[in-house]
Amino acid sequence: MSFVDPPQTALPDVVRPPSRLRATLSFLRHHPQAVVGAIILLAFVFIALFGPYLAPYGERQQVGPIFGTPSSAHPLGLDDGGIDMLSLLIYGARVTLIVGFAGAVVAMIVGGAIGIIAGYFGGKTDNALMRITDYFLVIPDLVLMIVIASIWGRSLRNIIIIIGLIYWTFMARLIRAQVKVVRERAYVKRAQALGASHTRIIFKHVIPQIMPLLLAQTVLMVALAIFLETAISFLGLGDPSVTSWGKMIENAFSRSAISYGAWWAIVPPGIAVALVIMAFNMLGTAVEDSLNPRLKVSHLSRRHFRLRPLPDKEDRS
Amino acid sequence: MRAGWSYVGRRALFALITIFVAISLNFVLFRLAPGDRTSALRCQGCTEEFKQNLRKEYGLDKSIPAQYVIYLKQTATGDFGRSFVTEQPVIDELWEPIKNTVPMILLGTVLAITLGVATGVLAAWRRGTLSDKGVVWGGLLFYSLPTQWLALMLILYLAGPLGLPTSDIADPYLAYNNPGAWNEFVDRLKHMILPAATIGLVLFGEYTLIVRSSMLEALGEDYILTARAKGLSNWEIVRKHALRNSMLPIVTLIFLSLGFILGGAILIETVFNYPGIGLQIYESVGNRDYPMLQGAFLLLTLIVIIMNFIADLLYFKLDPRVTE
Repeated sequence: MSFVDPPQTALPDVVRPPSRLRATLSFLRHHPQAVVGAIILLAFVFIALFGPYLAPYGERQQVGPIFGTPSSAHPLGLDDGGIDMLSLLIYGARVTLIVGFAGAVVAMIVGGAIGIIAGYFGGKTDNALMRITDYFLVIPDLVLMIVIASIWGRSLRNIIIIIGLIYWTFMARLIRAQVKVVRERAYVKRAQALGASHTRIIFKHVIPQIMPLLLAQTVLMVALAIFLETAISFLGLGDPSVTSWGKMIENAFSRSAISYGAWWAIVPPGIAVALVIMAFNMLGTAVEDSLNPRLKVSHLSRRHFRLRPLPDKEDRS
Repeated sequence: MRAGWSYVGRRALFALITIFVAISLNFVLFRLAPGDRTSALRCQGCTEEFKQNLRKEYGLDKSIPAQYVIYLKQTATGDFGRSFVTEQPVIDELWEPIKNTVPMILLGTVLAITLGVATGVLAAWRRGTLSDKGVVWGGLLFYSLPTQWLALMLILYLAGPLGLPTSDIADPYLAYNNPGAWNEFVDRLKHMILPAATIGLVLFGEYTLIVRSSMLEALGEDYILTARAKGLSNWEIVRKHALRNSMLPIVTLIFLSLGFILGGAILIETVFNYPGIGLQIYESVGNRDYPMLQGAFLLLTLIVIIMNFIADLLYFKLDPRVTE
């Protein structure tokens, strides 16, 4: 008859969660599309970083006739100003990726902050913020972007700000829903009971929990931002001083590459955009999939559904 | 039923408030624009006095709140000002293009819904098989293609072999030959096919992926297990239980993508030189025709808000639980 605590050594060993590296590797093994996406992205980031060293010709250097056909010296032909298409494609990678990342990061910071505040504090703050995001959800976004871009003027910075300003709402909604779930967890309640400040709880307990979702959404947002950059550039509202893939498509279209039959001026930049957007989408949806366990079970497919006898009562104890 | 009416009332109120916010945002946005209605007038000979009188007439000499009230009154009566370029009332200039755009995007959207639901259901049903993988990759591919580029590809590689026109809305020479209503209709349809196909394919990618995942989610529910235990065939399970329950997210998606569709219409009509609202916006951007831009923005936003309200009513029909 003793009420003495059992000795500490009797405690079972804590089951260690898998290390971050191992978790990442297992994620990649189960989502081959994420691997493909990551490889494509790394390749393009490399091109964007070292573009000026990789490009065979200059960004504004006329090296041949207008819409010169592809040859061994110019594998992708020449554009409407006689500039080497391959070089332009390489230079364009940097601008396109910068717009994509910067636009997504602006959206992530603004949307993430507002989502966390709305979800964590709830009540009136939440209500007011969500009404604003409701409004942005119904607005035709490209039309609003066109209006703002034509008023503010054509510059890369404006495009980035506009993308961030319009898309923070999507981010805010998703983050808010997730924060509402995290807020009710026992360890958050315990931290509150222990008197931890809101800032501490948010940074210590809430943000680490929503980080995967935040990253997945940011990755998907990059794809959207690049998509929008090409659209805005195509409508003649892109930054006139830089080369982006969207701008190249616009140039080819407005200088009638189609009537010249110059497919090489249109096809490559579009494929580059599609590849990058697809890579970001593959990565983002893979992360999203792994965060949504509900998609793992299907009662229809035989692979995931087997009838087996219920375990005995003793076994279940 | 009481709860139902209160739901409808709340959604209607939300739609009205959103409309008001949209109209106000429109005012703020264009107040920030450089110049005013008089500065872009195409008359080099206009004296400063003439412009001052014009400003007085438009109410531009008043304070900002007073201008806002004037603007609200004008908008309520459908007066969006006059186009800088044609100097005709904006509302009249927008009406004709809208009539051209609606059938085109309707055709494209119906195409996308049909294709997207069919392939999405197939992929979820045959989950993990080759056809599932094919649908997912195909969906991802079309979802990733820039709209304007896909349109250009159709012109480059499809228009020639199929013998389809790539520009404008009707054959300009046809009218001289007294073609009859049927031939005119066929001609219109021919001009509509490629733009509609573009919007259909771009949307298809998004729809098929969402239909697939919403079907997968439904197939994991317990009622599917029950249906299977009852001995229903797979087809019956999919049709009567899974598809019906995953309709709600699909309908939501279709209505939410309306803004995206209108954005796509701008790009597509620009490529195909199709005289709809999108081409009108593109030309207004080039001409710095702010009243047209303002009117088009407001009109499109109103359309989306009203369609969303209709979607809210539709949910209520599909799933009365939404009132909670």
